[in-house]
Amino acid sequence: MVEMIATRDAYGNALTELGTAHQDVVVLDADLSGSTKTGKFAKKFPERFFNMGISEQDLVGTAVGLAISGKVPFASTFAVFESGRAWEQIRQSVCYPFSNVKLVASHGGITVGEDGASHQSVEDIALMRVLPNMTVIIPADAEEMRQVINVVYDYRGPVYVRAGRNKTPVIYGKDYQFKIGKAVVHHIGKDVNIIAAGIMVYFSLQAAEEMKKEGIDAGVINMSTIKPIDKEAILKAAEASRAIITAEEHSVIGGLGSAVAEALVENLPVPMMRVGIQDRFGTSGKPEELLKYFCLTAEDIKKAAMEVIKRK
Amino acid sequence: METVKETEGAKTDINELKDIARRIRINLLRMLTNAGSGHTGGSLSAADIVTALYFAKMKHDPKNPKWEERDRFILSKGHAAPLLYTVLAECGYFDKSELMTLRRLSSRLQGHPDCKALPCVEISTGSLGQGLSIANGVALSGKLDKALFRVYVLLGDGETQEGQVWEAAMTAAHYKLDNLCAIIDRNRLQIDGTVEEIMSIEPVVDKWEAFGWNVIETDGHDIAKILSALNEAEKVKGKPTMIIAHTIKGKGVSIFEGKVEYHGIAPTKEELEIALKELEA
Ligand SMILES: Cc1ncc(C[n+]2csc(CCOP(=O)(O)OP(=O)(O)O)c2C)c(N)n1
Repeated sequence: MVEMIATRDAYGNALTELGTAHQDVVVLDADLSGSTKTGKFAKKFPERFFNMGISEQDLVGTAVGLAISGKVPFASTFAVFESGRAWEQIRQSVCYPFSNVKLVASHGGITVGEDGASHQSVEDIALMRVLPNMTVIIPADAEEMRQVINVVYDYRGPVYVRAGRNKTPVIYGKDYQFKIGKAVVHHIGKDVNIIAAGIMVYFSLQAAEEMKKEGIDAGVINMSTIKPIDKEAILKAAEASRAIITAEEHSVIGGLGSAVAEALVENLPVPMMRVGIQDRFGTSGKPEELLKYFCLTAEDIKKAAMEVIKRK
Repeated sequence: METVKETEGAKTDINELKDIARRIRINLLRMLTNAGSGHTGGSLSAADIVTALYFAKMKHDPKNPKWEERDRFILSKGHAAPLLYTVLAECGYFDKSELMTLRRLSSRLQGHPDCKALPCVEISTGSLGQGLSIANGVALSGKLDKALFRVYVLLGDGETQEGQVWEAAMTAAHYKLDNLCAIIDRNRLQIDGTVEEIMSIEPVVDKWEAFGWNVIETDGHDIAKILSALNEAEKVKGKPTMIIAHTIKGKGVSIFEGKVEYHGIAPTKEELEIALKELEA
Protein backbone atom coordinates (compact mmCIF):
# COMPACT_ATOMS: atom_id res chain seq x y z
CA MET A 1 0.00 0.00 0.00
CA VAL A 2 1.32 3.43 -0.87
CA GLU A 3 1.38 5.98 1.88
CA MET A 4 -1.22 8.74 1.45
CA ILE A 5 -0.60 12.31 2.69
CA ALA A 6 -2.17 15.58 1.54
CA THR A 7 0.31 18.19 0.36
CA ARG A 8 -1.44 20.76 2.58
CA ASP A 9 -0.60 18.61 5.60
CA ALA A 10 2.98 18.34 4.44
CA TYR A 11 2.98 22.14 4.17
CA GLY A 12 1.69 22.59 7.71
CA ASN A 13 4.35 20.26 9.08
CA ALA A 14 7.17 21.75 7.05
CA LEU A 15 6.18 25.25 8.09
CA THR A 16 6.28 24.35 11.77
CA GLU A 17 9.74 22.83 11.36
CA LEU A 18 10.88 25.88 9.44
CA GLY A 19 9.54 28.15 12.17
CA THR A 20 11.50 26.21 14.75
CA ALA A 21 14.72 26.57 12.79
CA HIS A 22 14.26 30.19 11.70
CA GLN A 23 13.06 33.10 13.79
CA ASP A 24 12.32 35.23 10.75
CA VAL A 25 9.54 32.95 9.47
CA VAL A 26 6.12 34.55 9.92
CA VAL A 27 2.79 33.17 8.74
CA LEU A 28 -0.41 34.88 7.66
CA ASP A 29 -3.79 33.38 6.90
CA ALA A 30 -7.25 34.65 6.01
CA ASP A 31 -9.56 32.70 8.29
CA LEU A 32 -8.71 29.32 6.78
CA SER A 33 -5.82 28.23 8.98
CA GLY A 34 -7.53 24.95 9.79
CA SER A 35 -7.84 24.11 6.11
CA THR A 36 -4.52 25.46 4.84
CA LYS A 37 -2.79 23.82 7.83
CA THR A 38 -1.06 27.00 8.93
CA GLY A 39 -2.98 26.44 12.17
CA LYS A 40 -0.24 24.12 13.33
CA PHE A 41 2.33 26.92 13.10
CA ALA A 42 -0.14 29.30 14.75
CA LYS A 43 -0.42 27.02 17.75
CA LYS A 44 3.30 26.66 18.18
CA PHE A 45 4.27 30.26 17.38
CA PRO A 46 1.25 32.45 18.13
CA GLU A 47 3.36 35.62 18.19
CA ARG A 48 4.57 34.99 14.64
CA PHE A 49 1.18 34.11 13.21
CA PHE A 50 -1.23 36.75 11.94
CA ASN A 51 -4.79 35.93 11.15
CA MET A 52 -5.93 38.71 8.84
CA GLY A 53 -9.57 37.76 8.84
CA ILE A 54 -11.39 37.34 5.55
CA SER A 55 -9.36 39.91 3.64
CA GLU A 56 -7.07 38.44 1.02
CA GLN A 57 -5.88 41.76 -0.41
CA ASP A 58 -4.81 42.94 3.02
CA LEU A 59 -3.28 39.51 3.66
CA VAL A 60 -0.94 39.96 0.71
CA GLY A 61 -0.20 43.63 1.44
CA THR A 62 0.65 42.94 5.07
CA ALA A 63 2.92 40.09 4.00
CA VAL A 64 4.76 42.56 1.76
CA GLY A 65 5.29 44.92 4.70
CA LEU A 66 6.71 42.08 6.78
CA ALA A 67 8.94 41.01 3.88
CA ILE A 68 10.45 44.44 3.33
CA SER A 69 11.23 44.49 7.05
CA GLY A 70 13.34 41.36 6.79
CA LYS A 71 10.82 38.69 7.73
CA VAL A 72 10.06 35.72 5.50
CA PRO A 73 6.27 35.67 5.31
CA PHE A 74 4.27 32.64 4.21
CA ALA A 75 0.75 33.79 3.31
CA SER A 76 -1.93 31.17 2.83
CA THR A 77 -5.56 30.82 1.91
CA PHE A 78 -7.47 28.89 -0.75
CA ALA A 79 -5.89 29.04 -4.22
CA VAL A 80 -8.95 30.58 -5.80
CA PHE A 81 -8.95 33.55 -3.38
CA GLU A 82 -5.19 33.95 -3.06
CA SER A 83 -4.53 34.10 -6.80
CA GLY A 84 -7.80 35.71 -7.78
CA ARG A 85 -8.97 38.17 -5.15
CA ALA A 86 -5.46 39.40 -4.41
CA TRP A 87 -4.07 39.21 -7.95
CA GLU A 88 -3.41 42.89 -8.34
CA GLN A 89 -1.79 43.14 -4.92
CA ILE A 90 0.44 40.25 -5.93
CA ARG A 91 1.26 42.00 -9.20
CA GLN A 92 1.98 45.46 -7.80
CA SER A 93 3.36 44.83 -4.34
CA VAL A 94 4.86 41.33 -4.53
CA CYS A 95 6.12 40.76 -8.07
CA TYR A 96 6.99 44.24 -9.32
CA PRO A 97 9.12 45.15 -6.27
CA PHE A 98 10.40 41.54 -6.04
CA SER A 99 9.16 41.22 -2.45
CA ASN A 100 10.29 38.13 -0.61
CA VAL A 101 6.76 36.80 -0.08
CA LYS A 102 5.84 33.11 -0.19
CA LEU A 103 2.26 32.55 -1.28
CA VAL A 104 1.28 28.99 -0.44
CA ALA A 105 -2.24 28.35 -1.62
CA SER A 106 -4.19 25.31 -0.60
CA HIS A 107 -7.20 23.63 -2.22
CA GLY A 108 -5.90 23.92 -5.76
CA GLY A 109 -7.83 22.26 -8.57
CA ILE A 110 -11.16 20.44 -8.73
CA THR A 111 -10.36 17.78 -6.14
CA VAL A 112 -11.59 20.30 -3.56
CA GLY A 113 -14.73 18.31 -4.32
CA GLU A 114 -18.15 19.03 -2.88
CA ASP A 115 -17.69 22.78 -2.37
CA GLY A 116 -18.00 23.17 -6.13
CA ALA A 117 -16.91 25.69 -8.72
CA SER A 118 -16.65 28.77 -6.47
CA HIS A 119 -13.92 27.03 -4.48
CA GLN A 120 -12.18 25.09 -7.23
CA SER A 121 -9.20 26.93 -8.62
CA VAL A 122 -8.67 25.94 -12.25
CA GLU A 123 -6.93 29.15 -13.33
CA ASP A 124 -4.51 30.06 -10.51
CA ILE A 125 -1.44 28.76 -12.31
CA ALA A 126 -2.24 30.83 -15.39
CA LEU A 127 -2.80 33.91 -13.23
CA MET A 128 0.51 33.48 -11.42
CA ARG A 129 2.57 32.30 -14.37
CA VAL A 130 1.91 35.47 -16.35
CA LEU A 131 3.48 37.67 -13.68
CA PRO A 132 7.11 38.72 -14.21
CA ASN A 133 9.43 37.76 -11.32
CA MET A 134 7.08 35.03 -10.08
CA THR A 135 8.17 31.45 -9.44
CA VAL A 136 5.34 28.91 -9.64
CA ILE A 137 5.56 25.46 -8.07
CA ILE A 138 3.11 22.55 -7.75
CA PRO A 139 4.57 19.79 -5.58
CA ALA A 140 3.48 16.31 -6.62
CA ASP A 141 3.55 14.72 -3.18
CA ALA A 142 4.17 15.32 0.50
CA GLU A 143 7.93 14.81 0.34
CA GLU A 144 8.29 17.22 -2.55
CA MET A 145 6.18 19.77 -0.67
CA ARG A 146 8.36 19.41 2.42
CA GLN A 147 11.44 20.14 0.37
CA VAL A 148 9.82 22.93 -1.61
CA ILE A 149 8.95 24.82 1.57
CA ASN A 150 12.55 24.62 2.72
CA VAL A 151 13.95 25.58 -0.68
CA VAL A 152 11.64 28.56 -1.17
CA TYR A 153 12.60 29.82 2.29
CA ASP A 154 16.20 30.02 1.11
CA TYR A 155 15.26 31.54 -2.24
CA ARG A 156 14.84 35.32 -2.09
CA GLY A 157 11.88 36.45 -4.17
CA PRO A 158 8.20 35.92 -4.89
CA VAL A 159 6.93 32.35 -4.99
CA TYR A 160 3.52 30.76 -5.50
CA VAL A 161 3.14 27.18 -4.29
CA ARG A 162 -0.03 25.19 -4.87
CA ALA A 163 -1.14 22.58 -2.33
CA GLY A 164 -3.99 20.10 -2.56
CA ARG A 165 -6.78 19.26 -0.17
CA ASN A 166 -6.83 15.48 -0.40
CA LYS A 167 -4.55 12.70 0.61
CA THR A 168 -2.44 11.65 -2.36
CA PRO A 169 0.16 8.92 -2.82
CA VAL A 170 3.68 9.62 -1.62
CA ILE A 171 5.96 9.24 -4.64
CA TYR A 172 9.35 10.35 -3.39
CA GLY A 173 11.64 9.15 -0.65
CA LYS A 174 14.14 11.04 1.44
CA ASP A 175 16.78 10.60 -1.25
CA TYR A 176 14.76 12.82 -3.57
CA GLN A 177 16.07 16.34 -4.06
CA PHE A 178 13.95 19.25 -5.24
CA LYS A 179 15.52 22.11 -7.15
CA ILE A 180 13.64 25.17 -8.43
CA GLY A 181 13.34 25.00 -12.21
CA LYS A 182 14.57 21.43 -12.50
CA ALA A 183 12.10 18.85 -13.77
CA VAL A 184 12.07 15.39 -12.25
CA VAL A 185 12.58 12.92 -15.06
CA HIS A 186 11.16 9.57 -14.02
CA HIS A 187 11.82 8.00 -17.38
CA ILE A 188 12.25 9.23 -20.93
CA GLY A 189 10.03 7.21 -23.27
CA LYS A 190 10.70 6.49 -26.93
CA ASP A 191 7.04 6.42 -27.97
CA VAL A 192 5.54 9.24 -25.95
CA ASN A 193 6.40 11.41 -22.97
CA ILE A 194 3.96 12.71 -20.37
CA ILE A 195 4.79 15.98 -18.69
CA ALA A 196 2.68 16.34 -15.56
CA ALA A 197 2.39 18.34 -12.35
CA GLY A 198 0.70 17.95 -8.97
CA ILE A 199 -1.62 15.02 -8.47
CA MET A 200 -1.41 14.21 -12.19
CA VAL A 201 2.15 12.93 -11.78
CA TYR A 202 1.01 9.80 -9.99
CA PHE A 203 -1.75 9.19 -12.55
CA SER A 204 0.81 9.63 -15.32
CA LEU A 205 3.08 7.05 -13.74
CA GLN A 206 0.11 4.68 -13.61
CA ALA A 207 -0.73 5.40 -17.25
CA ALA A 208 2.87 4.75 -18.32
CA GLU A 209 2.83 1.47 -16.39
CA GLU A 210 -0.33 0.39 -18.21
CA MET A 211 1.14 1.32 -21.58
CA LYS A 212 4.31 -0.60 -20.83
CA LYS A 213 2.19 -3.74 -20.52
CA GLU A 214 1.09 -3.07 -24.08
CA GLY A 215 4.63 -2.57 -25.27
CA ILE A 216 4.49 1.18 -25.45
CA ASP A 217 7.45 3.08 -24.04
CA ALA A 218 5.93 6.09 -22.28
CA GLY A 219 8.05 8.43 -20.20
CA VAL A 220 6.97 10.63 -17.30
CA ILE A 221 8.34 13.97 -16.24
CA ASN A 222 7.24 15.78 -13.09
CA MET A 223 7.34 19.45 -14.00
CA SER A 224 6.87 20.68 -10.44
CA THR A 225 8.30 24.09 -11.25
CA ILE A 226 5.90 25.56 -13.80
CA LYS A 227 7.92 28.77 -13.88
CA PRO A 228 10.75 29.04 -14.67
CA ILE A 229 10.01 25.99 -16.78
CA ASP A 230 12.70 23.41 -17.50
CA LYS A 231 12.83 23.84 -21.27
CA GLU A 232 15.78 21.54 -21.60
CA ALA A 233 13.84 18.62 -20.11
CA ILE A 234 10.87 19.32 -22.38
CA LEU A 235 13.00 19.39 -25.51
CA LYS A 236 14.90 16.27 -24.53
CA ALA A 237 11.63 14.43 -24.07
CA ALA A 238 10.25 15.76 -27.36
CA GLU A 239 13.36 14.73 -29.19
CA ALA A 240 13.20 11.22 -27.78
CA SER A 241 9.53 10.50 -28.49
CA ARG A 242 8.32 13.12 -30.98
CA ALA A 243 5.02 13.08 -29.10
CA ILE A 244 4.13 14.91 -25.88
CA ILE A 245 1.23 14.83 -23.44
CA THR A 246 0.73 17.30 -20.65
CA ALA A 247 -1.41 16.49 -17.62
CA GLU A 248 -2.61 19.06 -15.10
CA GLU A 249 -5.43 19.65 -12.65
CA HIS A 250 -5.99 23.08 -14.14
CA SER A 251 -7.44 24.71 -17.21
CA VAL A 252 -5.61 23.72 -20.39
CA ILE A 253 -5.40 27.47 -20.98
CA GLY A 254 -2.44 29.23 -19.42
CA GLY A 255 -1.04 26.51 -17.19
CA LEU A 256 1.44 23.67 -17.63
CA GLY A 257 -0.01 22.65 -21.01
CA SER A 258 0.41 26.14 -22.35
CA ALA A 259 3.91 26.50 -20.94
CA VAL A 260 5.02 23.24 -22.57
CA ALA A 261 3.31 24.16 -25.84
CA GLU A 262 5.15 27.48 -25.88
CA ALA A 263 8.48 25.74 -25.44
CA LEU A 264 7.72 23.16 -28.13
CA VAL A 265 6.28 25.49 -30.75
CA GLU A 266 9.28 27.77 -30.67
CA ASN A 267 11.90 25.06 -30.60
CA LEU A 268 10.77 21.63 -31.63
CA PRO A 269 7.15 21.37 -32.76
CA VAL A 270 5.91 17.80 -32.27
CA PRO A 271 2.37 16.44 -31.90
CA MET A 272 1.06 17.23 -28.45
CA MET A 273 -2.15 16.95 -26.43
CA ARG A 274 -3.15 18.63 -23.20
CA VAL A 275 -4.99 16.66 -20.56
CA GLY A 276 -6.64 19.15 -18.23
CA ILE A 277 -9.84 21.04 -17.66
CA GLN A 278 -11.24 22.07 -21.01
CA ASP A 279 -12.05 25.74 -20.49
CA ARG A 280 -14.85 25.26 -17.97
CA PHE A 281 -15.63 25.76 -14.32
CA GLY A 282 -15.62 22.93 -11.81
CA THR A 283 -18.68 21.46 -10.15
CA SER A 284 -19.71 19.68 -6.95
CA GLY A 285 -19.00 16.02 -6.48
CA LYS A 286 -16.64 13.59 -4.83
CA PRO A 287 -13.02 14.16 -5.86
CA GLU A 288 -12.76 10.73 -7.55
CA GLU A 289 -16.02 11.35 -9.41
CA LEU A 290 -14.77 14.73 -10.54
CA LEU A 291 -11.50 13.34 -11.83
CA LYS A 292 -13.52 11.00 -14.05
CA TYR A 293 -16.03 13.70 -14.98
CA PHE A 294 -13.29 16.08 -16.13
CA CYS A 295 -11.27 13.30 -17.82
CA LEU A 296 -8.25 13.56 -15.53
CA THR A 297 -7.67 9.88 -14.72
CA ALA A 298 -4.75 7.61 -15.61
CA GLU A 299 -7.02 6.12 -18.24
CA ASP A 300 -7.65 9.52 -19.81
CA ILE A 301 -3.93 10.21 -19.92
CA LYS A 302 -3.36 6.86 -21.59
CA LYS A 303 -6.11 7.54 -24.13
CA ALA A 304 -4.57 10.88 -25.02
CA ALA A 305 -1.13 9.31 -25.29
CA MET A 306 -2.36 6.66 -27.73
CA GLU A 307 -4.03 9.36 -29.75
CA VAL A 308 -0.96 11.56 -29.96
CA ILE A 309 1.22 8.62 -30.97
CA LYS A 310 -1.08 8.11 -33.97
CA ARG A 311 -0.46 11.71 -35.03
CA LYS A 312 3.27 11.30 -35.32
CA MET B 1 8.82 81.54 17.09
CA GLU B 2 7.53 78.02 17.53
CA THR B 3 10.12 75.30 17.70
CA VAL B 4 9.76 71.56 17.79
CA LYS B 5 12.29 69.42 19.58
CA GLU B 6 12.73 66.05 17.97
CA THR B 7 15.36 63.83 16.40
CA GLU B 8 19.01 64.71 16.05
CA GLY B 9 19.86 66.63 12.91
CA ALA B 10 16.22 67.47 12.36
CA LYS B 11 15.20 71.03 11.57
CA THR B 12 13.48 72.75 14.44
CA ASP B 13 12.93 76.20 13.05
CA ILE B 14 9.48 76.48 11.52
CA ASN B 15 10.53 79.27 9.19
CA GLU B 16 13.38 77.17 7.91
CA LEU B 17 10.96 74.29 7.32
CA LYS B 18 8.61 76.60 5.47
CA ASP B 19 11.45 77.66 3.29
CA ILE B 20 12.36 74.05 2.56
CA ALA B 21 8.74 73.34 1.60
CA ARG B 22 8.81 76.33 -0.73
CA ARG B 23 11.99 75.03 -2.35
CA ILE B 24 10.46 71.58 -2.67
CA ARG B 25 7.46 73.06 -4.49
CA ILE B 26 9.72 74.99 -6.85
CA ASN B 27 11.85 71.96 -7.62
CA LEU B 28 8.98 69.59 -8.12
CA LEU B 29 7.28 71.96 -10.53
CA ARG B 30 10.50 72.42 -12.49
CA MET B 31 10.87 68.69 -12.61
CA LEU B 32 7.29 68.19 -13.80
CA THR B 33 7.54 70.80 -16.54
CA ASN B 34 10.78 69.26 -17.68
CA ALA B 35 9.19 65.81 -17.80
CA GLY B 36 6.14 67.15 -19.62
CA SER B 37 3.77 64.93 -17.66
CA GLY B 38 3.03 63.88 -14.08
CA HIS B 39 0.87 64.71 -11.10
CA THR B 40 0.96 68.33 -10.05
CA GLY B 41 -2.06 68.86 -7.78
CA GLY B 42 -1.57 66.01 -5.34
CA SER B 43 2.18 66.61 -5.10
CA LEU B 44 1.66 70.23 -4.09
CA SER B 45 -1.11 69.44 -1.61
CA ALA B 46 1.11 67.05 0.35
CA ALA B 47 4.33 69.08 0.17
CA ASP B 48 4.12 70.51 3.69
CA ILE B 49 3.23 67.14 5.23
CA VAL B 50 6.11 65.27 3.62
CA THR B 51 8.54 68.12 4.34
CA ALA B 52 7.56 68.05 8.02
CA LEU B 53 8.10 64.29 8.10
CA TYR B 54 11.48 64.15 6.38
CA PHE B 55 13.02 67.35 7.71
CA ALA B 56 11.70 67.47 11.25
CA LYS B 57 9.97 64.34 12.41
CA MET B 58 11.48 61.16 11.02
CA LYS B 59 14.70 59.50 12.09
CA HIS B 60 16.53 58.64 8.90
CA ASP B 61 19.97 58.82 7.35
CA PRO B 62 20.42 59.72 3.68
CA LYS B 63 23.88 58.16 3.79
CA ASN B 64 22.43 54.88 5.00
CA PRO B 65 19.00 54.42 3.40
CA LYS B 66 18.56 50.93 4.85
CA TRP B 67 19.49 51.92 8.42
CA GLU B 68 17.55 49.43 10.55
CA GLU B 69 16.32 51.97 13.08
CA ARG B 70 15.02 54.49 10.56
CA ASP B 71 11.42 55.61 10.63
CA ARG B 72 9.64 54.39 7.51
CA PHE B 73 7.57 56.44 5.10
CA ILE B 74 5.27 54.80 2.58
CA LEU B 75 3.69 56.92 -0.13
CA SER B 76 0.46 55.03 -0.66
CA LYS B 77 -0.72 57.73 -3.08
CA GLY B 78 2.15 56.84 -5.37
CA HIS B 79 1.21 59.36 -8.04
CA ALA B 80 2.72 62.03 -5.78
CA ALA B 81 6.09 60.58 -6.83
CA PRO B 82 7.42 64.00 -7.93
CA LEU B 83 7.03 65.22 -4.36
CA LEU B 84 8.72 62.16 -2.88
CA TYR B 85 11.64 62.38 -5.33
CA THR B 86 12.14 66.08 -4.67
CA VAL B 87 12.11 65.57 -0.91
CA LEU B 88 14.53 62.63 -1.12
CA ALA B 89 16.89 64.65 -3.30
CA GLU B 90 16.64 67.65 -0.98
CA CYS B 91 17.55 65.33 1.93
CA GLY B 92 20.60 64.19 -0.02
CA TYR B 93 19.60 60.64 -0.96
CA PHE B 94 20.64 61.43 -4.52
CA ASP B 95 21.79 64.41 -6.54
CA LYS B 96 19.16 66.97 -7.44
CA SER B 97 20.29 66.94 -11.07
CA GLU B 98 18.72 63.48 -11.35
CA LEU B 99 15.30 65.08 -10.86
CA MET B 100 15.45 66.15 -14.49
CA THR B 101 15.33 62.48 -15.58
CA LEU B 102 11.80 62.00 -14.24
CA ARG B 103 9.73 59.60 -16.38
CA ARG B 104 12.51 59.10 -18.94
CA LEU B 105 13.53 55.73 -20.29
CA SER B 106 15.99 54.02 -17.91
CA SER B 107 15.54 56.68 -15.23
CA ARG B 108 15.48 55.59 -11.60
CA LEU B 109 12.69 58.12 -11.21
CA GLN B 110 9.87 56.12 -12.71
CA GLY B 111 6.42 57.62 -13.24
CA HIS B 112 5.41 56.02 -9.96
CA PRO B 113 7.91 55.07 -7.22
CA ASP B 114 9.95 51.95 -7.95
CA CYS B 115 11.86 50.67 -4.92
CA LYS B 116 14.02 48.37 -7.00
CA ALA B 117 15.34 51.24 -9.08
CA LEU B 118 15.54 53.65 -6.16
CA PRO B 119 16.28 51.84 -2.87
CA CYS B 120 15.55 54.87 -0.67
CA VAL B 121 11.91 54.33 -1.62
CA GLU B 122 10.54 51.80 0.88
CA ILE B 123 8.11 50.10 -1.50
CA SER B 124 6.83 50.57 -5.05
CA THR B 125 3.39 52.16 -5.16
CA GLY B 126 1.08 53.60 -7.79
CA SER B 127 -1.87 51.27 -7.58
CA LEU B 128 -3.99 53.01 -4.98
CA GLY B 129 -5.25 51.34 -1.83
CA GLN B 130 -2.29 49.11 -1.04
CA GLY B 131 0.04 51.23 1.09
CA LEU B 132 -1.75 50.95 4.41
CA SER B 133 -1.63 47.13 4.38
CA ILE B 134 2.09 47.28 3.65
CA ALA B 135 2.66 49.86 6.39
CA ASN B 136 0.81 47.54 8.78
CA GLY B 137 3.17 44.71 7.86
CA VAL B 138 6.17 46.93 8.58
CA ALA B 139 4.63 48.02 11.89
CA LEU B 140 3.89 44.40 12.84
CA SER B 141 7.50 43.52 12.12
CA GLY B 142 8.62 46.42 14.30
CA LYS B 143 6.43 45.16 17.14
CA LEU B 144 7.80 41.62 16.78
CA ASP B 145 11.35 42.91 17.04
CA LYS B 146 10.47 45.42 19.76
CA ALA B 147 12.04 47.99 17.45
CA LEU B 148 11.60 51.68 18.17
CA PHE B 149 11.04 52.97 14.65
CA ARG B 150 7.72 54.47 13.59
CA VAL B 151 5.86 53.92 10.35
CA TYR B 152 4.22 56.74 8.39
CA VAL B 153 1.94 56.27 5.44
CA LEU B 154 0.30 58.93 3.28
CA LEU B 155 -3.02 58.28 1.58
CA GLY B 156 -5.15 60.35 -0.74
CA ASP B 157 -8.70 61.07 0.37
CA GLY B 158 -10.09 59.61 -2.85
CA GLU B 159 -7.85 56.62 -2.32
CA THR B 160 -9.79 55.68 0.81
CA GLN B 161 -12.64 54.64 -1.48
CA GLU B 162 -10.65 51.45 -2.06
CA GLY B 163 -11.96 48.48 -0.08
CA GLN B 164 -8.50 47.28 0.86
CA VAL B 165 -7.94 50.47 2.85
CA TRP B 166 -10.73 49.41 5.19
CA GLU B 167 -9.42 45.87 5.48
CA ALA B 168 -6.13 47.45 6.52
CA ALA B 169 -7.91 49.89 8.83
CA MET B 170 -9.29 46.90 10.76
CA THR B 171 -5.91 45.19 10.83
CA ALA B 172 -4.06 48.21 12.28
CA ALA B 173 -6.61 48.61 15.06
CA HIS B 174 -6.88 44.87 15.72
CA TYR B 175 -3.14 44.53 16.16
CA LYS B 176 -2.96 47.79 18.14
CA LEU B 177 -0.34 49.30 15.86
CA ASP B 178 0.48 52.42 17.85
CA ASN B 179 3.83 52.57 16.06
CA LEU B 180 1.89 53.45 12.91
CA CYS B 181 0.65 56.87 11.90
CA ALA B 182 -1.37 57.30 8.74
CA ILE B 183 -2.10 60.64 7.15
CA ILE B 184 -4.87 61.46 4.72
CA ASP B 185 -4.17 64.29 2.31
CA ARG B 186 -7.70 65.66 2.56
CA ASN B 187 -7.65 67.92 -0.49
CA ARG B 188 -11.24 67.01 -1.40
CA LEU B 189 -10.48 66.39 -5.06
CA GLN B 190 -9.84 63.24 -7.06
CA ILE B 191 -9.72 62.85 -10.88
CA ASP B 192 -13.30 63.04 -12.06
CA GLY B 193 -14.38 65.72 -9.64
CA THR B 194 -14.72 66.39 -5.93
CA VAL B 195 -14.57 63.46 -3.56
CA GLU B 196 -17.95 64.54 -2.25
CA GLU B 197 -19.67 64.24 -5.62
CA ILE B 198 -17.79 61.17 -6.93
CA MET B 199 -18.03 59.00 -3.80
CA SER B 200 -18.36 60.71 -0.47
CA ILE B 201 -16.06 59.51 2.30
CA GLU B 202 -17.88 61.49 5.00
CA PRO B 203 -18.16 61.34 7.92
CA VAL B 204 -14.45 60.71 7.64
CA VAL B 205 -13.52 61.28 11.29
CA ASP B 206 -16.36 59.10 12.57
CA LYS B 207 -15.45 56.34 10.16
CA TRP B 208 -11.85 56.05 11.30
CA GLU B 209 -12.84 56.40 14.94
CA ALA B 210 -15.42 53.67 14.47
CA PHE B 211 -12.68 51.48 13.03
CA GLY B 212 -10.74 51.89 16.27
CA TRP B 213 -8.30 54.63 15.35
CA ASN B 214 -7.18 57.71 17.20
CA VAL B 215 -8.07 60.55 14.82
CA ILE B 216 -6.49 63.99 14.71
CA GLU B 217 -7.61 66.73 12.34
CA THR B 218 -5.12 69.36 11.36
CA ASP B 219 -4.28 72.05 8.83
CA GLY B 220 -2.08 70.19 6.34
CA HIS B 221 -0.30 73.37 5.27
CA ASP B 222 0.69 74.60 8.72
CA ILE B 223 3.97 72.85 9.45
CA ALA B 224 3.89 73.62 13.17
CA LYS B 225 0.42 72.13 13.44
CA ILE B 226 1.41 69.11 11.36
CA LEU B 227 4.34 68.50 13.69
CA SER B 228 2.27 68.80 16.81
CA ALA B 229 -0.21 66.31 15.34
CA LEU B 230 2.65 63.91 14.56
CA ASN B 231 4.00 64.33 18.09
CA GLU B 232 0.60 63.80 19.63
CA ALA B 233 0.18 60.63 17.55
CA GLU B 234 3.38 59.25 19.00
CA LYS B 235 2.03 59.58 22.54
CA VAL B 236 -1.12 57.55 21.88
CA LYS B 237 -0.70 53.94 22.97
CA GLY B 238 -2.76 50.90 22.03
CA LYS B 239 -4.15 52.19 18.75
CA PRO B 240 -2.99 53.58 15.44
CA THR B 241 -3.42 57.26 14.66
CA MET B 242 -4.98 58.79 11.57
CA ILE B 243 -4.17 62.41 10.87
CA ILE B 244 -6.73 64.01 8.60
CA ALA B 245 -4.69 66.80 7.08
CA HIS B 246 -6.93 69.42 5.49
CA THR B 247 -5.20 70.62 2.37
CA ILE B 248 -5.74 72.39 -0.92
CA LYS B 249 -4.93 70.52 -4.09
CA GLY B 250 -2.32 72.48 -6.05
CA LYS B 251 -1.39 74.48 -2.93
CA GLY B 252 1.13 77.26 -3.39
CA VAL B 253 0.28 78.29 -6.93
CA SER B 254 -2.91 80.27 -7.47
CA ILE B 255 -3.60 78.90 -10.96
CA PHE B 256 -3.47 75.28 -9.73
CA GLU B 257 -5.17 75.64 -6.36
CA GLY B 258 -8.44 73.74 -6.03
CA LYS B 259 -8.46 72.90 -9.74
CA VAL B 260 -9.35 69.32 -10.48
CA GLU B 261 -7.86 69.51 -13.98
CA TYR B 262 -4.33 69.91 -12.56
CA HIS B 263 -4.46 66.45 -11.00
CA GLY B 264 -2.47 64.66 -13.62
CA ILE B 265 -0.88 67.23 -15.90
CA ALA B 266 2.45 68.97 -15.69
CA PRO B 267 2.70 72.76 -15.83
CA THR B 268 3.50 74.23 -19.22
CA LYS B 269 6.55 76.50 -19.46
CA GLU B 270 4.27 79.54 -19.19
CA GLU B 271 2.49 78.13 -16.16
CA LEU B 272 5.83 77.33 -14.58
CA GLU B 273 6.89 80.97 -15.00
CA ILE B 274 3.78 82.12 -13.15
CA ALA B 275 4.29 79.50 -10.47
CA LEU B 276 7.92 80.39 -9.89
CA LYS B 277 7.06 84.07 -9.62
CA GLU B 278 4.53 83.32 -6.92
CA LEU B 279 6.71 80.87 -5.03
CA GLU B 280 9.85 82.99 -5.23
CA ALA B 281 8.07 86.15 -4.19
C1 LIG C 1 -6.15 51.22 -8.04
C2 LIG C 1 -6.06 52.48 -8.80
N1 LIG C 1 -7.14 52.93 -9.47
C3 LIG C 1 -7.06 54.07 -10.18
C4 LIG C 1 -5.91 54.78 -10.25
C5 LIG C 1 -5.81 56.04 -11.10
N2 LIG C 1 -5.72 57.22 -10.23
C6 LIG C 1 -4.55 57.84 -10.02
S1 LIG C 1 -4.67 59.12 -8.96
C7 LIG C 1 -6.34 58.90 -8.81
C8 LIG C 1 -7.13 59.83 -7.95
C9 LIG C 1 -6.59 59.85 -6.57
O1 LIG C 1 -7.32 60.74 -5.76
P1 LIG C 1 -6.81 61.03 -4.31
O2 LIG C 1 -6.54 59.76 -3.61
O3 LIG C 1 -7.76 61.94 -3.66
O4 LIG C 1 -5.38 61.69 -4.55
P2 LIG C 1 -4.99 63.22 -4.69
O5 LIG C 1 -6.23 64.00 -4.95
O6 LIG C 1 -4.39 63.59 -3.40
O7 LIG C 1 -4.01 63.31 -5.81
C10 LIG C 1 -6.76 57.82 -9.58
C11 LIG C 1 -8.17 57.38 -9.68
C12 LIG C 1 -4.80 54.28 -9.54
N3 LIG C 1 -3.61 54.89 -9.58
N4 LIG C 1 -4.91 53.15 -8.81
